[in-house]
Amino acid sequence: MGLIKELDTGTPIRVADRRVSLTIDGVAVSVPEGTSVMAAAASMGTQIPKLCATDMLEPFGSCRLCLVEIEGRRGTPASCTTPVEPGMKVHTQTPRLARLRRGVMELYISDHPLDCLTCPANGDCELQDMAGVVGLRDVRYGYAGANHFEAETDASNPYFSFDPTKCIVCSRCVRACEEVQGTFALTIEGRGFGSAVSPGGTDFLGSECVSCGACVQACPTSTLIEKSVIEAGQPEHSVVTTCAYCGVGCAFKAEMQGESVVRMVPFKGGKANEGHSCVKGRFAWGYATHKDRIVKPMIRDRITDPWREVSWEEAIGRAAGEFRRIQAQYGRDAVGGITSSRCTNEETFLVQKLVRAGFGTNNVDTCARVCHSPTGYGLKQTFGTSAGTQDFRSVDHSDVVLVIGANPTDGHPVFASRLKKRLRAGARLIVADPRRIDLVKTPHVRADHHLQLLPGSNVALINALAHVVVTEGLVDEAFVRERCDLQHFEVWARFIAEERNSPEATQAITGVPAEEVRAAARLYATGGAAAIYYGLGVTEHSQGSTMVMGMANLAMVTGNIGRDGVGVNPLRGQNNVQGSCDMGSFPHEFSGYRHVSDDATRDMFEALWGRELSAEPGLRIPNMLDEAVDGAFKGLYIQGEDIAQSDPNTQHVVAGLMAMECVVIQDIFLNETAKYAHVFLPGSSFLEKDGTFTNAERRISRVRKVMAPLAGMADWEVTMALSEALGYPMAYTHPSEIMDEIARLTPTFAGVSYARLDELGSVQWPCNDAAPEGTPIMHVDRFVRGKGQFMITEFVPTQERTGPRFPLILTTGRILTQYNVGAQTRRTANLVWHDEDVLEIHPFDAESRGVRDGDLVSLTSRSGEISLRALLTDRMQPGVVYTTFHHAVTGANVVTTDYSDWATNCPEYKVTAVEVRRTNHLSSWQERHRVEEEELTRVDRGAEAAE
Amino acid sequence: MTTERMLTMANQIADFFRSFPHEEAVAGVAQHVRQFWDPRMRRKLLEHLDAGGEGFDPLVREAAARLRQPA
Repeated sequence: MGLIKELDTGTPIRVADRRVSLTIDGVAVSVPEGTSVMAAAASMGTQIPKLCATDMLEPFGSCRLCLVEIEGRRGTPASCTTPVEPGMKVHTQTPRLARLRRGVMELYISDHPLDCLTCPANGDCELQDMAGVVGLRDVRYGYAGANHFEAETDASNPYFSFDPTKCIVCSRCVRACEEVQGTFALTIEGRGFGSAVSPGGTDFLGSECVSCGACVQACPTSTLIEKSVIEAGQPEHSVVTTCAYCGVGCAFKAEMQGESVVRMVPFKGGKANEGHSCVKGRFAWGYATHKDRIVKPMIRDRITDPWREVSWEEAIGRAAGEFRRIQAQYGRDAVGGITSSRCTNEETFLVQKLVRAGFGTNNVDTCARVCHSPTGYGLKQTFGTSAGTQDFRSVDHSDVVLVIGANPTDGHPVFASRLKKRLRAGARLIVADPRRIDLVKTPHVRADHHLQLLPGSNVALINALAHVVVTEGLVDEAFVRERCDLQHFEVWARFIAEERNSPEATQAITGVPAEEVRAAARLYATGGAAAIYYGLGVTEHSQGSTMVMGMANLAMVTGNIGRDGVGVNPLRGQNNVQGSCDMGSFPHEFSGYRHVSDDATRDMFEALWGRELSAEPGLRIPNMLDEAVDGAFKGLYIQGEDIAQSDPNTQHVVAGLMAMECVVIQDIFLNETAKYAHVFLPGSSFLEKDGTFTNAERRISRVRKVMAPLAGMADWEVTMALSEALGYPMAYTHPSEIMDEIARLTPTFAGVSYARLDELGSVQWPCNDAAPEGTPIMHVDRFVRGKGQFMITEFVPTQERTGPRFPLILTTGRILTQYNVGAQTRRTANLVWHDEDVLEIHPFDAESRGVRDGDLVSLTSRSGEISLRALLTDRMQPGVVYTTFHHAVTGANVVTTDYSDWATNCPEYKVTAVEVRRTNHLSSWQERHRVEEEELTRVDRGAEAAE
Repeated sequence: MTTERMLTMANQIADFFRSFPHEEAVAGVAQHVRQFWDPRMRRKLLEHLDAGGEGFDPLVREAAARLRQPA
């Protein structure tokens, strides 16, 4: 096993209907029109020397190393900027070219430190390679002339350093920041010999840089290089795997020395990210070997006891014994399990199998409950299946993009880069969000409409948009007639045309001017291919499911379904939200979204699993907690989730956990929920196991083990051990066998196997006989349910109301550098950018409360109170405040409420009535948390120390 | 689960279906509760109805009658 080296064609491969035939070095070659001579040569295996060219970037033509000779033309044009032409005869190696290239290299090297042996890029340096390729043997100019050797290294960024003495000013980093990432943080300052790369006149840490790593990846020398490479040296082998952060599901090469990761490099062949990355996936992987990792199983009788390290056998035996005792004492349905969107499909499938077949109950749920469960419900009702409609590539064909309740530059940065690229190319943008998210105005991108609605008014807004379409004659009648259920359409059209749904009538609810809504609706309906991308700002409301259906209605009525550039696309929060839902994690559904009451489906599972299965839906997470508080639910197995931090109304969650007699946590860290647990089973990071993740575009990608599990067992093996101890043995020897079982039981996965994934790289479900290579776009000729179904979406205000005591609305979310509950990212250098949760508040609201920027403020709701620092910003609208939930010590969810989506119980994180006032102390909950942080996490390692 | 929470959840479902044609609305509420509520939650709903059903939306009351019938 060696390092995976991807082909670099120097300039991007073009897509064109017409092909051009030419001759390169006497060999005939045919390439798509628009391809550069350099890329054409690369396609036939000829590498033309280059330094400023790389195929992630548009050609630039500055290094003058890729010169070629073309018969019938004067001079020596740069092959990177010269497009192929029919009949062209190109020569890439001639004595004249060799002389010119050597001369160019002499100039570069005359101003380059000759410390190759101690340079961190030694062995991975394109400048070094090119010196060899052109046969550089001497530098006629010497090394005593003017140079840049005194320039200082900028090591301010925690993950990479910038050493300008090594820079050849090829501008690859500047162009990567512009073209790939779309941040425009870098520039070339100065002129002529004084030209230098600069992060805008400051250091990298203080600049606009978002640490995506694109510049580091593009750099041909060691100017921009990972600190981990400086420290460890060059990797010796690499393995392609899938990032364990957000739902984009980027493919990475884990570049290794033995079992140690040296760096994670985005894989160009990854279809979700095509070689790009963000600060989390690229750099924030150090948590995997953080000292806080728990690598020994632990048990305790009471949560106030210290943890006691024990053998796997004892811990598994304790867990199984307790679950059996509880079931014997309180009934079969007194226990349940929670699967994780951070774990693999195979692990998730096993947990729900253990609960349904091993426990004999359907009390299994997943963290998608608190994020995208309304997506599953809403899209299934309208389209027939619980998933987004497009692949990410589709946005390259969008003419209009409607972003609702999502903050892609922070939450899904790699998709955001792709989106911004399309927007810079001319696509129009509508943003519906209570905050002025970065996408509203970012370099070379400006939203045509920012519908800055009030939290809780989504459905009123989507109805108003649809009202305009229906009443202004903008319906795609042919699409509706051919593809949709006409009876439901007519009922819906009458409803939506009612005056109460007009932009004018809903303005008082949404706060968005009616004319702005009308203009946005017209643009969406008539601007060409229109796509909707949405996030938790849609789903985490009491009408989350209604809103999903409202968006589906809007897409159908304008014919924006079933082709490139359109669709309704959930941006999933965690890496495997889609997968955990697909795998049958919900209490009412088996894998593939089939209800447990369906006899034929249940028969199939019973036959394979050898157990009778319940036909009744089980408890959802909030229902489990409610029942626990009532004393009817006593035992819970949680794999890879931290409900005590992530779920709403923390005090209710904790009350539920404390009422249980056995809580089993399987995780890599002693998380917040573990404070209330009795058995701790150490989990494994994504680097320590094989499996698959399914991203937001339904893409199933391999996760590949690059190191042994630190605790000795991968998560799927732990679940198997627990199941066996419960008397329900499972006999898998590798996760591929679990996938084979998933494929046997799940029609949409019927064609999926590890062999197929290795062959295709990744595949989007449905993947079966009808679609052996997967399904990039769904509902092309017909909806999964047959005819698309319009649903009436009456606006119903949330019961959470502002008033004199709680006059402001709190909405919560996340930021670029932290992830979910922060368990991973808080254990990385990402803390440099975000070491505490802050409260964003409009200066008007702050001033009226005497709050200044940086003040400690009390945030109080009907559920609870926390203290945190205020950040004054006009990105908020007056009346609305915002915070994140990344830091356990802040306790953002102490403040959020029990209100939830009517259909799915997805919590209403996005609307909480609050008051803000200055304070000089932590809240009582935070004080108690400090104490419990000590008291409930003690580990007694005395026995081991004595030994 | 407290009665208050159960009432809130049931009435929220009724709120969604209220704008549907009446027969569809009643069927929709019943089907939703049957498909997504654990048996003990459904039992709680029916017990509260038997005790007078205070606080229930009329649509829930109508739908509940169907919950007593076999699926």
